Amino acid sequence: MNGPQDLGGQMGFGPVAPEKDEPIFHAPWEKKALALTLAMGATRQWNIDISRHARESLSPAQYLGSSYYEIWIAGLIKLMLAAGLVTEDEVSSGRMKVAAKKVAGKLLARDVAAVLAKGGPSSRAATTPRFKPGDRVRAKNMHPVTHTRLPRYLRGHVGEIVTLHGTHVFPDSNAHGQGENPQALYTVRFAARDIWGDARHPKDTVSADLWEAYLEPA
Amino acid sequence: MPHDHDHDHDHDEGSALSPIALRVKALESLLTEKGYIDPEALDAIVETYETKIGPRNGAHVVARAWSDPAYKAWLLKDATAAIASLGYTGRQGEHMVAVENTPETHNLVVCTLCSCYPWTVLGLPPVWYKAPPYRSRAVIDPRGVLAEFGVTLPETTAISVWDSTAEIRYLVLPMRPQGTEGWSEEKLARIVTRDSMIGTGLPRAAA
Amino acid sequence: MNGPHDLGGRMGFGPVRPEKDEPVFHADWERRAMAVTSGMDSTGEWTLDMSRHANERIPPARYLSMSYYEIWIAGLADLMTSAGLVTPEELASGRMMVPAKKVRGKLLARDLADVLAKGDPVTRDTAKPPRYAQGDKVRTRNMHPQGHTRLPLYLRGHVGEITRLHGTHVFPDSNAHGKGEDPHPLYTVSFSASEVWGKAAHPQDTISADLWEPYLEPA
Repeated sequence: MNGPQDLGGQMGFGPVAPEKDEPIFHAPWEKKALALTLAMGATRQWNIDISRHARESLSPAQYLGSSYYEIWIAGLIKLMLAAGLVTEDEVSSGRMKVAAKKVAGKLLARDVAAVLAKGGPSSRAATTPRFKPGDRVRAKNMHPVTHTRLPRYLRGHVGEIVTLHGTHVFPDSNAHGQGENPQALYTVRFAARDIWGDARHPKDTVSADLWEAYLEPA
Repeated sequence: MPHDHDHDHDHDEGSALSPIALRVKALESLLTEKGYIDPEALDAIVETYETKIGPRNGAHVVARAWSDPAYKAWLLKDATAAIASLGYTGRQGEHMVAVENTPETHNLVVCTLCSCYPWTVLGLPPVWYKAPPYRSRAVIDPRGVLAEFGVTLPETTAISVWDSTAEIRYLVLPMRPQGTEGWSEEKLARIVTRDSMIGTGLPRAAA
Repeated sequence: MNGPHDLGGRMGFGPVRPEKDEPVFHADWERRAMAVTSGMDSTGEWTLDMSRHANERIPPARYLSMSYYEIWIAGLADLMTSAGLVTPEELASGRMMVPAKKVRGKLLARDLADVLAKGDPVTRDTAKPPRYAQGDKVRTRNMHPQGHTRLPLYLRGHVGEITRLHGTHVFPDSNAHGKGEDPHPLYTVSFSASEVWGKAAHPQDTISADLWEPYLEPA
């Protein structure tokens, strides 16, 4: 979706403001926000693409007016409500009112180190790629109302395949419970001038990791 | 309102909890009561990213690459395996790519769509990396962003921006500063800053 | 600028909500907001394009959470302080603290009907012939200026057809920044929806926009 998350090339946000000696967390609740989000992932009621879509489908004013972990918490609550794990009333009161739903997993303290070290690879059994490094491709001019990882600023532009990363889970279907639909993933390099026009430096490039379904031969 | 059965240790916040802090506290109580989470697992997650996983992992990788040409070649060819060989694996680092700065090319990493970042080598991202100013500008005005970070590159240097749109995570391999010949890996690692591995900074000059 | 005002094709705002029997104003303050903004335009201290740019420069999170007249008032405050007509302290207190600046004009009640009836045409005389004719194919420039522009992001880099010539009009990209009116030919350019949005769009649908000559190149 062309939502508030799709920020490449948008203006008006002011300068980047790096913080001197930035702490890892800025308040105790931020620690919990991170940990709750990771821990609830273990219930396997959603996947990473569904959770990204929950965040980007917050209203643009809310998304842009929230801090990072505020977005995470709002997204987590949406996911839990949609999965029937909690009710609105429970979220606002902090008290259990209906019995817990049976879920597929629970992250125990003793397993944290192993789970974090293992991660969740998105690579899948190889498929036959349509393109190879060196091929010129055009990013499709597509505007799905659903989740996609093809940023708007790259659509319609021609770039070159620089790397084939094998076959990966396709977020556009996985975010909507339509299966993993694994397909070839490529790094595609675009000239900054092709994307942004002649005002950009002639040597600059922007590369992005794009799935085969986003691309057509150029 | 905080709950009386809540055994959280946030006494120092007292009754001045902000609405979001109260909301998160309520969530933790609720999810614990419903049995979905193990509160001790939360503490273990936080401890991991506060004390175990951070930019010194990445600095170790970079220092090794600077010291050992065979390791550097491996890192540039198969970063996931080369980084795993130093013990850094897992969440938000499952598929790693290292991109090398040279006099001809400077690399800069961003995630315009969310906050993708190589946790296994850099830990959790700083606020600015996740915030709209950086996410919106890094792809359209990388030189302006770099200038704000105090990095000015020669006009002849190309800037290569990597927008982390998939589950591939990027680590910039900065150029080894002059005057560091003969340094140990440990000493080298100390001049490798977090920002130099994102591309918004350079290693600390050799002193 | 690719700012928060440039909404064409953006998603996530929810359904359009027409209001039954919508009143002209929803609160008394809206009446005053509209009138004060119109009245202050008569000072001649800024142009229409400058006032649009003041609105679109509001930080995106604020812009998108404000109501329409809230945006107007925020934009007006920006214009008046920039022009030195009022100070931020005066705005906060609602009281005059420094003498008024001499301005070019003032809207008097007795002139209102004439002023509204006259309007403020933006057509200009020029000997410069238009570069394009009806039926010409043109491509919009892929440009991303930091300043004001009326070429929406969603139309950049696309091919359309000139369907009308409107004569020569004040150029907003210049006029918004106090760089003069720099008049240019203005055209209606029609695009097929599938050119703009891709194959999913209805093949017969079109989108037309009024675009100044510097936005266009031959296709």
